[in-house]
Amino acid sequence: MVEATEFPHLANKYEVYGVPRTVINETIHVEGAAPEPMLVNELMKVLDV
Amino acid sequence: MPLLNDKIQKEVRKALQNMAGPVKLVMFTQSSNALECEMCAETRALVEEVAALSDQLSVEVHDFLDDKAVAEQYQVDKIPAIAIVGAKDYGVRFYGIPSGYEFSSLMDDIVTVSKGESGLSAATKAAVAKLAQPVHIQVYVTPT
Repeated sequence: MVEATEFPHLANKYEVYGVPRTVINETIHVEGAAPEPMLVNELMKVLDV
Repeated sequence: MPLLNDKIQKEVRKALQNMAGPVKLVMFTQSSNALECEMCAETRALVEEVAALSDQLSVEVHDFLDDKAVAEQYQVDKIPAIAIVGAKDYGVRFYGIPSGYEFSSLMDDIVTVSKGESGLSAATKAAVAKLAQPVHIQVYVTPT
């Protein structure tokens, strides 16, 4: 967990305009609630890069 | 004045009764500096108050600059930071104060870490087992 308002430089870097915003390995972003199967789908994308 | 009132203390005590083993909250602040950042001081007070509510919970406070080696060991790169460590370090970190809804997340994570069991589905576990490299997941939130 990262509290966006305390780390504005990171919120800016990861373009956090809405919360929650999930960032996986710097490149994959999920905005809003991330249910388990959806998060797994996104996680599996790291295998493709 | 305590951050947690009597009612919340009671709720926290109850939630922490679900712990299945010891958990250590490794907190990083700037305690040796007279200018401890406001949220650092509050976060430290919060974890100390929470830890007092369960025999299974302990706190270790480190100075981010003076204890650089420890910060590196936990891969902590900003403060305030809390590492939730159980039988092993599962990599769970909180950066910034866990207030509002995130306080519940902190309680849930402490209990989960104490069990050493993620509670994820068999399908999820099978999928993540395919990951060969460590993956960094950050969830940005704002206080509510």
